[in-house]
Amino acid sequence: MRLAPSTDQAGYAAAVHELLTDADLPGVASAWADGDVAPWRAMWSRLAGLGVTGLIVPERWGGLGGTVADLVVVAEELGHHALPGPVAESIGAVPALLAAAGRDGPADKWLPEIAAGRVVATLAAPPWLPFAADPDVADLILLAGTDTVWAGRADSAYPSIDAGRTLAEVSPAGVLASGAAGAVAQAMNMGALVCAAQLLGAGRALLETSIGYARQRTQFGRPIGSFQAVQHRLADVAVGLEFARPLLHAAAAHPGQRDRDVSAAKVACGEAAHRAARAALQVHGAIGYTREQGLGRWLTKVRALTLSWGTAEQHRARVMAELAKEARS
Amino acid sequence: MNLDLDAAAIGFRDEVRDWLASNLPATPLPSVDTPAGDAAHRDWERRLAAAGLAAVSWPVEYGGRAAPPLHALLFDEEYHAAGAPVRIGQNGLFLLAPTLLAHGTAAQCARVLPPMARADQVWAQAWSEPEAGSDLAAIRSRAIRTDGGWRLSGQKTWSSRAAVADRAFGLFRSDPAAGRHRGLTYLMFDLRADGVSVRPIRQLDGTAGFAEIFLDDVFVPDQDVIGAPGDGWRVAMSTAGHERGLSLRGPGRFTAAADRLVSLWLSDPRPALRDRVVDAWIGARAYRMQAYASLDAPVPPSATKLFWSELDVALHETALDVLGARAEVDPAWTAGYLFALAGPIYAGTNEIQRDILARRVLGLPR
Repeated sequence: MRLAPSTDQAGYAAAVHELLTDADLPGVASAWADGDVAPWRAMWSRLAGLGVTGLIVPERWGGLGGTVADLVVVAEELGHHALPGPVAESIGAVPALLAAAGRDGPADKWLPEIAAGRVVATLAAPPWLPFAADPDVADLILLAGTDTVWAGRADSAYPSIDAGRTLAEVSPAGVLASGAAGAVAQAMNMGALVCAAQLLGAGRALLETSIGYARQRTQFGRPIGSFQAVQHRLADVAVGLEFARPLLHAAAAHPGQRDRDVSAAKVACGEAAHRAARAALQVHGAIGYTREQGLGRWLTKVRALTLSWGTAEQHRARVMAELAKEARS
Repeated sequence: MNLDLDAAAIGFRDEVRDWLASNLPATPLPSVDTPAGDAAHRDWERRLAAAGLAAVSWPVEYGGRAAPPLHALLFDEEYHAAGAPVRIGQNGLFLLAPTLLAHGTAAQCARVLPPMARADQVWAQAWSEPEAGSDLAAIRSRAIRTDGGWRLSGQKTWSSRAAVADRAFGLFRSDPAAGRHRGLTYLMFDLRADGVSVRPIRQLDGTAGFAEIFLDDVFVPDQDVIGAPGDGWRVAMSTAGHERGLSLRGPGRFTAAADRLVSLWLSDPRPALRDRVVDAWIGARAYRMQAYASLDAPVPPSATKLFWSELDVALHETALDVLGARAEVDPAWTAGYLFALAGPIYAGTNEIQRDILARRVLGLPR
């Protein structure tokens, strides 16, 4: 098993990075925050052009048929740019759910559209995922129970702590699949892994921007990055990110993605990103607290995503439950 | 854990597992820092060497198997999972040997490595001095040119295992006129030579795990210089990378300790401590997965050292709290805890590691 990304995976992530770097994401995000999602839809189409929206959709439904390991490398890059939208849902959980549970009807109907970027999907799955993210941009809204999947109807959406995100509760509006416990479990792990990857990428962006700012901002006649208090805090951020990544890649690479490993990855990536966010705001000081500067897109996305797809408390409980099972067997 | 090992790796892992199962001492060896323990641990190393397991990654001609890095990782995991004895030769095996293989001559490797693998020669590291700790380049001990070699004078301290070791390796100032980082020479010397005296220092746990070394005009032949005279800092920094990184502290120690911690908690599952146990387990798994990932993509040694040393303290702190009042009289966990407390200090304090990581890796200004 190779845990570090392959040359192909790194090359694909670099292409995604390039597309997003050229795409005026600050403009996309601020339009979104003002209620105009058209620039975001255009951006999503361009990602579809690269294959991102169909990355794990099997080829028979028009996707790239990529692996989960491919998916987390790309999702890290989407988090790196704090891309708004139901990312974990539309490129991770829903494709996994439909491909595994939807066999005939729903998969044939929706997967080609999701892969092509024409349909954006979201999902609620209480209690781990009590809300569907971004129902206002979603063309397909699902509700998953332990072993049943419904087409869903979103209630009115709440604004999130993240200005580039809304959340809504979902009520059932017709059964799409039943006896789908395995598919639901797999989809939940897929969503958690994509979310963890986004967190890792956001954490990396926060570290990079903090380093850049600390090198350039001068106080007391020196760059603030020359002070040990700043250096040591950013060193700790780097260690956290560096040692969260292998948990993510190991969980993604294991066939079937084990609950224990997915939860370990979600906890570690969330903690590392959160530590990066807190350090980044302190390093930037007051300028980082302004909407205009833009750091807030990452700060609030990190806080939202650490709470989504299972909280740290839920995932820690699941790690121990799995370890206890292993000890008994 | 399914790491998709190939047949050769599985065969090797099974060989190590089987060998350890049938050769492990029935009762724990006496402490390595006592005379009886010294003999017992050297005997254990000889048995490992005879089985070709003392240093699997070394070239065959020096007593290794030329095994790939993956096999060294697997050996480390099996060794710790089996609870096998402390490696008395670890300073030589994990710190000097990689340095010699990178910077030494073939003649030096042929002379030094085979007796090191058999623990006929146990090595101590002689770097720190009373006035050169975190500021290692402040070293004052001298190496003065003489006919056919060098004469060493000065004082080294915090030298692990020097009380029982046969030989030592370290840095000496050979050209006081040169800059701090230049003019240092990397030398090997005999701890039993004329002019050497060793004074053991009792550590926090009561054992004489490290010592002071006093050198008074000690002769060292030219053949015991590693790399070029005056190039010692560069040579030493390659050893430092090994000490801070994976070769000294492989993931096996933490994986084994985390598994024991989880079992301990499950035997009396108190909810308030659960998340700390989970975090220790996650940390050990992160370190292990990073070790596997590092086979393809290297990790900065400073980051690695920060991670394992802090994980080790947190893991053992958690174990003591899980044990509760009984922890105070639990010899295994308290010994592990006291050992872990040294981790953030040796091999360059964690504060120095953060400096290095911030400046050399992250590119923050001085």
